[in-house]
Amino acid sequence: MNRELHDFPGGLKFKTYKEMTDTIPAIQHPLPNKIILPVRQHIGIPSVPIVKIGEHVLKGQMIADADGYVSIPLHASTSGKVIDIDDYAVPHAGEHEATCIVIEPDGEDKWFDIHPTDDYLSVDPKKLQEIIRSCGIAGLGGAGFPAHVKLHEGVVNTVDTLIINGVECEPFITCDGRLIQEKAHYVVSGTRMIRHAVQAKNCVIAVEDDMPEAYEALSKWIDDDIELVKVPTRYPAGGEKQLIQTLTGKEVPSGGLAIHIGIVMQNVATAASVYRAVTRGEPVISRYVTITGDVGTPRNLQVLLGTPIRDCLEACGYQHNDNHRIILGGPMMGIHIRNPDIPIIKTTNCILVNQVKPIPEEMPCIRCGDCFNVCPIKLLPQELYWHAKTDNFAETQNYHIFDCIECGCCSYVCPSNIPLVQYFRYAKTQIAAEERRLDGADHAKKRFLMRQERILTEEADKISKLEKSQIISSTSNTKTEDKKSYIKEAVTRTRKKRSEIKQLQPDPDKNND
Amino acid sequence: MIVILILGSLFLFISIRLNSNEKSENYNSLNVQTIDAIENLLPQTQCGKCHYPGCRPYAEAIVLGKADINQCPPGGEYSIRAIANLLGKDSKSLSNDIENEVNQCVALIDEDSCIGCVKCIKACPVDAIIGAPKFMHTVIKKHCTGCELCIPSCPVDCISMVPLRIKTREWVWSKPNSDHKLTL
Repeated sequence: MNRELHDFPGGLKFKTYKEMTDTIPAIQHPLPNKIILPVRQHIGIPSVPIVKIGEHVLKGQMIADADGYVSIPLHASTSGKVIDIDDYAVPHAGEHEATCIVIEPDGEDKWFDIHPTDDYLSVDPKKLQEIIRSCGIAGLGGAGFPAHVKLHEGVVNTVDTLIINGVECEPFITCDGRLIQEKAHYVVSGTRMIRHAVQAKNCVIAVEDDMPEAYEALSKWIDDDIELVKVPTRYPAGGEKQLIQTLTGKEVPSGGLAIHIGIVMQNVATAASVYRAVTRGEPVISRYVTITGDVGTPRNLQVLLGTPIRDCLEACGYQHNDNHRIILGGPMMGIHIRNPDIPIIKTTNCILVNQVKPIPEEMPCIRCGDCFNVCPIKLLPQELYWHAKTDNFAETQNYHIFDCIECGCCSYVCPSNIPLVQYFRYAKTQIAAEERRLDGADHAKKRFLMRQERILTEEADKISKLEKSQIISSTSNTKTEDKKSYIKEAVTRTRKKRSEIKQLQPDPDKNND
Repeated sequence: MIVILILGSLFLFISIRLNSNEKSENYNSLNVQTIDAIENLLPQTQCGKCHYPGCRPYAEAIVLGKADINQCPPGGEYSIRAIANLLGKDSKSLSNDIENEVNQCVALIDEDSCIGCVKCIKACPVDAIIGAPKFMHTVIKKHCTGCELCIPSCPVDCISMVPLRIKTREWVWSKPNSDHKLTL
């Protein structure tokens, strides 16, 4: 059953440099001296630490709990002592620091009490999603969207096709390819589990046509229930929207999600984690990472989450120096980091080291239109660029800036060396900042108006109380007068009576006399 | 003849009255609309740094031509540009008579020095300070707009402004000309 493949617009063909690492078996990276686990390794709300400094934790023990629906828990990647919970540098383009839980490994690597789920097919899909959530599974392809959210959407809507994405389209990166070759069974079984969790009608695993070993490995485990498809090697064929277009010919609507056209997509590494989570109850605590570029022995490592990048680089024979720079992710979409002490997190797929090259000077746009030709979303990068450069953000939104997947094709082909993607990232984050500013102003205004109202009512209360007390005092005046007259009357009455009695009394006396 | 004249003059009189009524009403509602629109572009800190007692009065002053559009330091460049766009004016830099634009800060009460006088609570335009007489006060960071109005009210000078830490999610990419460009 051969699926008819479609095409997506734009894109580029590169020399992939995958041969550097894709034939070398991955090795288990040794236990580091320090494990630094950021509480936010996914898109969404950071998890909340539930351990204290000094506490002893076991491998796979939950150390931070999910805070809300779009959030996942975090687990200790080895056994040891929590030595700090504070801000540390995390993988971030702005070199940010964020809350991390630091563990000093005790070397025993002792597992926490975890439970397997026996027969996943008899488990309710919702229960399966809950297992996936509690094991802290985020999309391991790069974006890190909590897996259970996508799967839950799948249950709410009907899922036509589940796509497991093994298309590693960025140059240099081979971690998914190696994972498939070494753990094909995990990927295929995990795929079946995800399929049960979303109740998908069809199921496809997609790899690139330059990954024959991975294809072979998968086809050994696959039965008729899953389609295995090779897609042509072209960047960015592994992007969610592009892969959907290639496999189904359908386009995800602007501003919409894959589920809106009945599709759920997960990465192969996510599928493998689901397998571990279901069959062993094992949370996400390690991942495959490609260490490549100008390092001594480029290869894939299976690394515990929280291992500092410096350790991984040293394991591959590289000492950090100023002539090189470290890129987290691939050459097209990765971020440049200066601090090698930041940790590997759930979404780290590749560490690329290359020589520092002078940045070519940005020249004026000559309106050649090359950027439009390579854009896989068919946006107008040149228009977006003009508006982003002049801070005309409303207009960038009219040109659908939020549909840009930041693949970097436009920047790559620009003959004037314009860093287009950075302009778009700038515009996107500025728009978000403006929205926050407006929200903040709105919030302040509401509180200000409420305060004004409160002050007015308080004053009105005061005045009315004052008036009331005046009325009371005035009424009490009349009352006192009333009382006085009443007493007066009473006094005169009694006097009258007495005088009457006095007048009457002599009579009996007289009688007695 | 006389009837026609009377009717005619009456009609004229009424139409003029109606017209003028309509005009003035239109003019007023237009004014109010512009004031609302400008107010929505201001940061609502109610700080009074524009030399007006609040954001609304400043918006009114702009519409009445009493104030310029570049007098709001917390709004900064963003507000000035937005108001300039709205009114079809040229954008300009912040007025020299006004304090410089500052990074957004929040007030922080040194809780050991606080004597619990409730003066700052009364000064805060957004009710962001809580406390009771003779008890320690504190600022609710989430609600503080950084207007600095509480600072002069404190008799023991225990309020300071601290810069707001940018959350990772709220970080903004810099405009190019920096070193984030990547090449193969």
